[in-house]
Amino acid sequence: MKLFAQLVVGGVAQGALYALVALGFVIIYKATDVINFAQGGLVLLGAYICFTFNGQWGWPFYPSVLAAMAVAALLGLAIERVILRRMIGQPNYAIIMITIGLSIAIDQIVIWKWTGSQRNFGDPWGLDTYKVGGVVIPVVNVVQIVAAGALLVGFFALFRYSRVGIAMRATASDQEAALAQGISVKRVFGLSWAIAAAIGALAGVLLVSGGRGLGPDLSFVALAAFPAIILGGLDSAGGAVVGGLVMGLVQSLTAGYNDKLPAVLGPNFNRVTPYVVLVAILMVRPYGLFGTREVTRV
Amino acid sequence: MSQHGSHRLVVDYGNDLRLFPSWLSRTAIAVLGVLWILLPMQIGDFQLSVLNRAGIFAIGALGLNLLTGYAGQVSLGHAFFMAVGAYSWAHFGGEQNLPLLVWLPAAGLIGGLVGALIGPFALRLRGNYLAIVSLGLVFIGIHIWNNFESVTGGFDGVGGSRAARIGPLDFTALTIGGTKYSIEQAYFWLIWVIVALAALATKNVVRSRPGRALQAIRDRDVAAAVIGVSLTRYKVSAFAVSSAMAAMCGALFGSYYGYISPDQWNLLLSIQFIAIIIVGGVGTVFGAIVGALFIAGAPLMIEQYSSSIPLVSYLTKQADMTVATLNQLLFGLVIILFLILEPRGLAGLWFRLKTYFKAWPFSY
Repeated sequence: MKLFAQLVVGGVAQGALYALVALGFVIIYKATDVINFAQGGLVLLGAYICFTFNGQWGWPFYPSVLAAMAVAALLGLAIERVILRRMIGQPNYAIIMITIGLSIAIDQIVIWKWTGSQRNFGDPWGLDTYKVGGVVIPVVNVVQIVAAGALLVGFFALFRYSRVGIAMRATASDQEAALAQGISVKRVFGLSWAIAAAIGALAGVLLVSGGRGLGPDLSFVALAAFPAIILGGLDSAGGAVVGGLVMGLVQSLTAGYNDKLPAVLGPNFNRVTPYVVLVAILMVRPYGLFGTREVTRV
Repeated sequence: MSQHGSHRLVVDYGNDLRLFPSWLSRTAIAVLGVLWILLPMQIGDFQLSVLNRAGIFAIGALGLNLLTGYAGQVSLGHAFFMAVGAYSWAHFGGEQNLPLLVWLPAAGLIGGLVGALIGPFALRLRGNYLAIVSLGLVFIGIHIWNNFESVTGGFDGVGGSRAARIGPLDFTALTIGGTKYSIEQAYFWLIWVIVALAALATKNVVRSRPGRALQAIRDRDVAAAVIGVSLTRYKVSAFAVSSAMAAMCGALFGSYYGYISPDQWNLLLSIQFIAIIIVGGVGTVFGAIVGALFIAGAPLMIEQYSSSIPLVSYLTKQADMTVATLNQLLFGLVIILFLILEPRGLAGLWFRLKTYFKAWPFSY
């Protein structure tokens, strides 16, 4: 039972981070119809920028995080303006590939600038733990859950009530109608990238906190958020959160109970469970739990 | 109306569908044929190894081009099917030492069957969803390759006999008329004749009924269905054929390198195939081959000559960039630049050049 509780806390924490990464994907997809394979790159870059401010230039931790989010937002804006803006109306393999190209380029620039070696990340939580009734809970898990939760609430409030959020939703539902209402669709596109990049940066910082260490393989973790968005539905922000939490839990539980799984599944089965769930979901509900069902006419 | 020269007017469908429409293309094929025979005697083993790798990738790229370029379905799962083929080689060739005419068709058959089994599920999804589910296939694949040890050798990988024999010809120790040829020379002849056959097969598919059906599906699936194209049948067939070609590419890859391990069949490999057809030219047969030369060959050349290429030597010596990092970075940038500047790839550049001279001195 103790093990179970620990696994659940770890799973929810991991799931909250998947949810953050997935939310970045969904924001960009909703507004611009682009599946952003470079989101992992933005996560990676955000974490390294924070590391530079905090670990190399000696800034205090929290301002470093905020500054990293701001820099990431500017980068997101720049990527949209310089690259993705030119791709509007291109076939979707081209758009997928350009974001993959971006992701590869970002990974390599990170390896070049910061070397490929593992760095210690200077977060204030480290390996500290709380003990609640015999259950050991890492402080960082609590921080991850709280920070991700706060950001998600903030985002949904913005999305629902602010002018900017309403413009984003209008653009997502019908670009031409939004244009006719005087909404600058271009600005919404840029803004979506900026917000997604900032969220990605925060996700990156939280992912490498807690003694996990910072390395270029971080962008890979973000790929695991793909199953989460498919589970939730590509265009559902709420679905991203649910999908992220489910994937985090599934992965944490299969990792914890790996020895009780049938031997035929092999060791380290937890590494692929998100993808197994992904395939299963796509067979049953191709548009996810909360996604908009595309009208198929053939 | 003149019937010779590349300025010939296309007046009927028969003309349009000809394999070699002009004297120019016929000459080009003849020149390539002569090059195929003579080149291995003229250049060194390193250059041949670059061409061999590119040739192997070209076979897989031709298959992917059928699926992505002609049928419009994006798949990131090509590495998975390449692995299926490579392990078929490991089993039939590496372990049992059967000849090439057994393991190569067997790899194609197994790859095609696996593709035909997965296809109906994967192709229920369109566009972006297909790309993501095929990404899942790659990761699940790596897990299987790591655990299915009796065939794949698990984490350590598997090798064995290269088994590159056709009848009396053994390509690992080729001797013709008393002259011994190196492995690279022998594999060059072997690989590129298979590339030519694969290209011919692809060309024949795309210029006949199935090819037109696939292009109709790509351009507008509803319209294709309305005029009587069976979407499921053609999409699944394209998926199976593309998987079969990926598997044969993988089998040759295994035989050529003589050793394979699970972490080779990663996402980056799948991405390379898509990059090949984008850089070469989506939806053209010769683009897949030119793209393979560029994407699979260039990194090896850069690695070999890193000290004598000006910018490369600066970056690797003064700016602390390793050649591997530089190659990957260039790979990413090449994808981005081609998609922005010339989405039709190198084939597109060639068509532009051709039409320019065709219409010369008028601008069009």
